[in-house]
Amino acid sequence: MPAANSNSPLPGAAPAVGVKVEGLAKRFGTFEVLRGVSFTVQPGEIFVLMGPSGSGKSVLLKHLVGLERPSAGRTLVAGHDGADPATRERVRMALVFQAGALFNSLSVYDNLALYPREHRLGDEAAIRDRVMRALQILSLENAVHKLPAELSGGMKKRVAIARALVMEPQLLLYDEPTSELDPVMSATITEIIATLRQRYQVTSIVVSHDRDLALSIADRVGILMGGELVFLGPPSDLRQPTDPRVADFLNPRIDLEHPRFKHLET
Amino acid sequence: MSTSSLSSSPAASGTSSVTARLLAWLPNPLLQVLHGTGSTLLLLVRSLRHLPSLPRQFGRFIEQCHLIGYTTMPIVGILSFFIGSVLALQSGHAGENVGYKQFIGALVGLTMARELGPVMAAVLLAGRVGSAIAAELASMKVYQEVDALETMNIPPERMLVLPRLAAVLTMMPVLTIMADLVGWFGGAIVAQYTHFISIEPASYFANLRQYMDFGDVLNGLIKAEVFGLTVVLVCCNIGLNTRGGPREIGASVTRAVVTSLILILVLDFFVTKALM
Repeated sequence: MPAANSNSPLPGAAPAVGVKVEGLAKRFGTFEVLRGVSFTVQPGEIFVLMGPSGSGKSVLLKHLVGLERPSAGRTLVAGHDGADPATRERVRMALVFQAGALFNSLSVYDNLALYPREHRLGDEAAIRDRVMRALQILSLENAVHKLPAELSGGMKKRVAIARALVMEPQLLLYDEPTSELDPVMSATITEIIATLRQRYQVTSIVVSHDRDLALSIADRVGILMGGELVFLGPPSDLRQPTDPRVADFLNPRIDLEHPRFKHLET
Repeated sequence: MSTSSLSSSPAASGTSSVTARLLAWLPNPLLQVLHGTGSTLLLLVRSLRHLPSLPRQFGRFIEQCHLIGYTTMPIVGILSFFIGSVLALQSGHAGENVGYKQFIGALVGLTMARELGPVMAAVLLAGRVGSAIAAELASMKVYQEVDALETMNIPPERMLVLPRLAAVLTMMPVLTIMADLVGWFGGAIVAQYTHFISIEPASYFANLRQYMDFGDVLNGLIKAEVFGLTVVLVCCNIGLNTRGGPREIGASVTRAVVTSLILILVLDFFVTKALM
């Protein structure tokens, strides 16, 4: 089995790609989820997109892989329109879903082997090597024959990352990778994201609420509120935010005298 | 194919404003029927586009043949036996005084082959297999497994729909012939052992052969293929268009089975008329 701890890109991996989001707007009926969001992600960069629940982070991520179509504006992945299904053939993109989205009827091994089998990327021995290497990187060798239902929350997230890794992606998207995990497991997943970028130079876009993740591994951070990008810059700028909305989001004060939920819009 | 194309509503799928205004004139139930018909036919076309990939999906095809055909056989057998039996019983009872009970073999034979064999096989397919397909695909959609396939550039039509379509087209004739045969034998047993009928199996089957030919069986097989294809397509389409949570999965299963049953009976009339 090939060494899993080499610092070279995965065999067959193509160079990392850049991402450009131009005036992206999305409307569901009369509800505006995204309102003209624009930013650029450089190849090999870790870009963390933060924001309160319902601010449109996951919807934005789905636009990049063509799971949603924009109401206005566009997304460009390596210069190709993200809404065009052909982009998925030109650029290898992998999305790590919030709940894993593992195929429940397949074992961990078959979950990982599905992509290379369907795209006929070698014989069964080559596929086995590829799958085992990904499992080894995420320290999941012992889970190879388990079904997703038999895995803990943290393991499911790691299997989902391993499944994305098998695709040898040029762009790796994470949707809330540390949600519903204990602090230690959150730190583990954060380390995995940073390690994968360091070893394989893959462009990573991480949608997260996790302030520690953003401050520790992001090259740049974007904060989305009410469908608009209210902050874009390096994580160091977040330590003393000037925008009160950003400051409140990052360091919410618990005020039992004037509880926040009583002022929330319905 | 994007998720939105699987699930978009007619008005929201980029239709021009003129078309959208025209569609707004139509009553909502009619719009839903048109949308359902259109998306189901589109799913068929998209699935057929992947036909060349079928040989390398042989494993999935066999698995679906097992689920659609083999596991449905016992219930088709039991129901067909009693349908043939009750046909013989009713016609024997009604014909006792009129004097046509010697035609019971032909009556049971033709009714099973041309009508009840394919219809009962399709009804059981909808209840047993259609509901399972709708539940599985709806659950895969709700829990983002279908989205995961799309991000992996694996078209859901190729992996989830095409093997099921091929399997139902292969197994429906088997189920229908089995329903016909078991129904005929059910009728023969009742005809022999019911005191007011008392027709020997030899004369029952002689009468059946006298008034039937292969065309009658073929007629039923054509109907069965149409019903089977419709049930699987409708259930796949409804499953893949599910949005929401567990309650919507349940609602999709109900809608898939009810739509399938209605379509079986509506199509039965038109296909029967077309084959006459």
